[in-house]
Amino acid sequence: MGVIALSPLDLALASTMVLLLAWISRRMQFGIERPLLISALRTTVQLTLIGFVLKVLFDNATLIWVAMLAMLMLLIAGREVMARQDRRFAGWWGYGVGTLSMFISSVAVTVLALNMLIQPQPWYLPQYAIPLLGMLLGNTMNGIALGLDRLTTSAWQQRQQIEARLMLGHSASRAIEDIRRDSMRVGLVPIVNAMAAAGVISLPGMMTGQILAGAPPMEAVKYQILIMFLIASGTGFGTLGAVWLGSRRLFDERERLRLDRLSRQNTKK
Amino acid sequence: MAAGLTIKHLRTLHVGPVDLAISPGECVVLTGASGSGKTLLLRAIADLDCHEGEVLLDGVACHTMHAHDWRSGVGLLPAESQWWGESIGAHFQQPDEALLKQLGFGCEVMDWEVARCSTGERQRLALARLLQNRIKVLLLDEPTASLDAENVSRVEAVVKQLRQERAIAVLWVSHDPAQAERVATRRMRIESGRLQEVV
Repeated sequence: MGVIALSPLDLALASTMVLLLAWISRRMQFGIERPLLISALRTTVQLTLIGFVLKVLFDNATLIWVAMLAMLMLLIAGREVMARQDRRFAGWWGYGVGTLSMFISSVAVTVLALNMLIQPQPWYLPQYAIPLLGMLLGNTMNGIALGLDRLTTSAWQQRQQIEARLMLGHSASRAIEDIRRDSMRVGLVPIVNAMAAAGVISLPGMMTGQILAGAPPMEAVKYQILIMFLIASGTGFGTLGAVWLGSRRLFDERERLRLDRLSRQNTKK
Repeated sequence: MAAGLTIKHLRTLHVGPVDLAISPGECVVLTGASGSGKTLLLRAIADLDCHEGEVLLDGVACHTMHAHDWRSGVGLLPAESQWWGESIGAHFQQPDEALLKQLGFGCEVMDWEVARCSTGERQRLALARLLQNRIKVLLLDEPTASLDAENVSRVEAVVKQLRQERAIAVLWVSHDPAQAERVATRRMRIESGRLQEVV
C-alpha cells in the first residue's frame, strides 16, 4: 500500500482555511494575521526546500553530505535557542551555550541510536539519520531554550536574594541551586507531558506518518517508543548541560554574580 | 602580620583609592552623602564587585582564599535584607537563642513567615542570620535606618558585645551623627569615593 499523493489543489484548499483565520484576525484586530501568514509562508518555502535537499541527499548518501546538513540544522537550531532568550549571555556565549549543549546531546544520542539500536546500512543512511536528528534537535531546542530562559530571567529577578546568599558565605553553586533546579524542571516538562499524553490524547507525528505510509501499527509504535526515549534523554542531558554551563557563566572566579554578562534583547513585543 | 582588616589601594570604578586598617575590636564609622560610594566600598571589601588593590584579613589576602570563605569571615549586612525561603527558620541552621533574645525575639520567631515581618524585624533578624557565621569583620550598611529607638540600642548593644567578646572589627555606615558619637572608636568620611579621617 502506497501513500495517497496530494495534489497542489489539495494544499491550496487547506491554505484557504489559514487565510480565513487571518481574515478573522484582521477584522477582530487580534493582530496575529501578519505573523500567521508569514509563518505559513515560511513553512511552505522551508519544507519545499528541505524536500529538494533531501531528494538530492538521498541520491548522494555520503557521510560528508549528511554531516554537512546535520551541522547546518544544528547551527540554525542554535540561533533559534538564542533568539528565544529574553536576557541572553552577551557575546559568543549567547550562541555557544545552547549550541554546544545541543551538539553534545542531540548529535551524541542520534549517532548512538543509529549505530547501536537502529543500525541501518550504512549507519548514516540519510533516510534515518536526518529525520531522527531533526526530531531530536527540535525537542532539545525547546528544552534548552526554556531552561536557559528561566535560568537567566530568574537570576535577574532574584539577583538580590542571590547576592544576599553570597554575602552570607554561600558558594556560587549553592546560591543558585534553587534556580538551577527550577530551570532544569521547566526544560523537561514538555517532553514529560508529551510522553504522558502519547497515545491517549495525541498520536505522535512520526507514528502517524508511518501508519499513513502503510507501516503496521505495532512497528510504528515501537519506533515511536524508541524516539520518545531518545528525545527524553537528549532533551534531559541537553538541558542539564546548558543550565549547568549557564549557571557557571553567571558567576566569575571570585563567585560574584555577573549579570553584566547578560544582555537584554530588544524584543519586538 | 597585621590583625584585623587591612585595605590597600582598593579601587573600583567609582571608589578609591582607599587605604584603611581596622584592628580587632575597633569600630570605624563611615559617613558621607548619598552616592558618595559607601555601599560600593562595602561591596568591594566583601569582594562582591570587581576591584583593584588588596584587602587582607589577619594578614591573609582576599584573593588567596575561596570567595565564599572570605565572605564567611567578612560579613556584610546590606541596608535592605533579602530572604529566599518562606519562613524565617529556613534561613537559620542553629538559632542562637541568647542573641535572638538580645535583639528582642523569642524562639517562636523561627516559625514566622518572612512576608509578615516588618522591615525593622527583618533587619534585626538579618543581623542574627549573619552572625551564625564565624565572622571576624562586620560591615554594616545603615543597619538601624528602619528601627525605632529601643531597637537601635539593642543592635548597638549586640555590636558592642561582639567587639568586646569576639574582638570583631566593625565598619559601620551611618547617617546619624549621634549614633556615630555613641559607637565609633574612629570616624571617617567618604567624599566622591575617597576616605578622610574625621577629627
